[in-house]
Amino acid sequence: MPRPRQFFRKWRLPGLRAQGVGTNAPSWGIVALFILPAFLLYTVFMIWPLAQSFYFSLFEFKGLARGSFVGLHNFRELFTRYPLNEQLPRAFLHNVYFFIGTMLVQNTLGLLFAKLLYKPRFGKRFFQTVYTMPYLISALVVGYLWSLMLNPLFGPVNRVLKAIGLGAWARPWLGDPATALPAIILANAWQWVGFPMLLFSAGLANIGEDLREAARIDGATRWRLFWHIELPLLLPVIGIVTVLTFIGNFNVFGIVWAMGGVNGEPAGATDVLGLVFYRTAFRGGVDAFGLASALAVLMFIFIFGVSMIMVNLFRRWEENLR
Amino acid sequence: MSASKATRRRKKIDFVSLGTQLLLWGYAAVVLGPLLLVVNNALRPSREIFKNPLGLATSPSFDSFVKAWEKANFNTYFLNSLIITVAAVLLATAVSALAGYMLGRYQFRGSAFLSAYFLAGLMLPFRLAIVPLFLLLDDLGLVDSRLGLILVYAATGIPFSIFILSSFFRQLPQELSEAARIDGASEFTLFGRIMLPLVRPALATVVVFQFVPLWNDFFFPLVLLRSTDKWTLPVGMTRFFGEFQTDWSTLFAGLIITTLPLIIIFLLATKQIIAGLTAGIGK
Repeated sequence: MPRPRQFFRKWRLPGLRAQGVGTNAPSWGIVALFILPAFLLYTVFMIWPLAQSFYFSLFEFKGLARGSFVGLHNFRELFTRYPLNEQLPRAFLHNVYFFIGTMLVQNTLGLLFAKLLYKPRFGKRFFQTVYTMPYLISALVVGYLWSLMLNPLFGPVNRVLKAIGLGAWARPWLGDPATALPAIILANAWQWVGFPMLLFSAGLANIGEDLREAARIDGATRWRLFWHIELPLLLPVIGIVTVLTFIGNFNVFGIVWAMGGVNGEPAGATDVLGLVFYRTAFRGGVDAFGLASALAVLMFIFIFGVSMIMVNLFRRWEENLR
Repeated sequence: MSASKATRRRKKIDFVSLGTQLLLWGYAAVVLGPLLLVVNNALRPSREIFKNPLGLATSPSFDSFVKAWEKANFNTYFLNSLIITVAAVLLATAVSALAGYMLGRYQFRGSAFLSAYFLAGLMLPFRLAIVPLFLLLDDLGLVDSRLGLILVYAATGIPFSIFILSSFFRQLPQELSEAARIDGASEFTLFGRIMLPLVRPALATVVVFQFVPLWNDFFFPLVLLRSTDKWTLPVGMTRFFGEFQTDWSTLFAGLIITTLPLIIIFLLATKQIIAGLTAGIGK
């Protein structure tokens, strides 16, 4: 739901200030009429609740009613109360796997496809369109679609494996704790691979053709051209893709719900932070809202903090290369 | 000598491009295969699917679509999704066009802060605000209400819309507004009659780009809507998958009904979608 893919954009704007645009602003009344509707809607339903999460995390809740101030009690509870104290670290680890797996599979494939498709070639538009198409489908629908595909009895995946003589590989993919999370990561990559592909394509198209020509004249092979020229110049885009993947993967929810259920079956092998947060808030005990607010604060700080660190690391790395 | 080297080189290139073709078509099959399978299996009865999961629908029938639409309440879910998504997109686009115009065209005290304030929304994980949001909507009597969900959705669409629209408004030539002002046009006339029609491509991007995630969103209706007659497609889908577990044909039809509007949008607006996905990078 949050659209994190715009995360980096802030720094890539032509400039926040209007450039060369008239500064003779209309009267305050008119400015307010234009700005206020968006400002109120955005502030009341997004910013204010987000800010309140921090405040609420310090209170004890009884159902919907806010009780007394309890300091960091809710935060302590998250790490000491059973079963949260076991579910939380496990779910966190699964999100980390999710991120690593997605970087390795989805974004590497995206880069490969971008490299093959950024130049005008026969069928370029067709392939780009097809690869991007699943992005449109709801994460929940993708999850249900792949849970049918991977069904142990009637699922086409196992049938195809048997048909091509790989019957030994056929297994209940989503029923086996060892393969359930990787299967979900792959289904998610299937949905999203078009996104890094488009970003990398745009990045590759920006690299001047003369630079490639110069490298070729100097006798660079395709591989050296890619490794020593294109990849370093893609670093800003790699940074964007990495940070957006991180944010997206730590917010993953619908696809895991569809393929592993609200408890991340089998036996919690696919449980992720998004599901734990949902369960804590809406399937928890009487003091659920306080606990969930505390968890929201921790997740917020972690996701935001790590994104910022990544942004800075990539920026420094970029500067070092210049 | 050099000739043989040249042929060797050509052969190698042919090999590479053959591999490339194989890879590109292979992955296209990985994407299209499951989608075609869904369509194929929605057109034949479940018992045939169980007998032969990979068989073709020899005598296609739309029975399962009718069943999903009528018996599985997809008619209700679809209408709810449509009302909520369209209302939210229109509301967010309208208020964002107004604010984006002001922020894109003028500098005034606080304008830089306001731009940053709206832009910050692009990187905030709003789902984490669900507890206070739930309590707020509860106070307003907007839990289990379509209006409540519309307001929340409209709010989430504002940062991206303002980001895109203000940068488009900024690029319009200054002479336009000067000429209009000399003719005595008010700020609202200038905005509505002259500027707004000129940013139509940006409006299309903004509309398409809000529509897709809102249509697909599962989290907010899951939490905020209680009564099944208000449910949107994604929430309805969870119940549907429990109830029709053994009726795969209907399940596949349900998946198609949910996705069809997006496919239509994609075909009509591929350009806007790609522009939105790569906004801020390159050309």
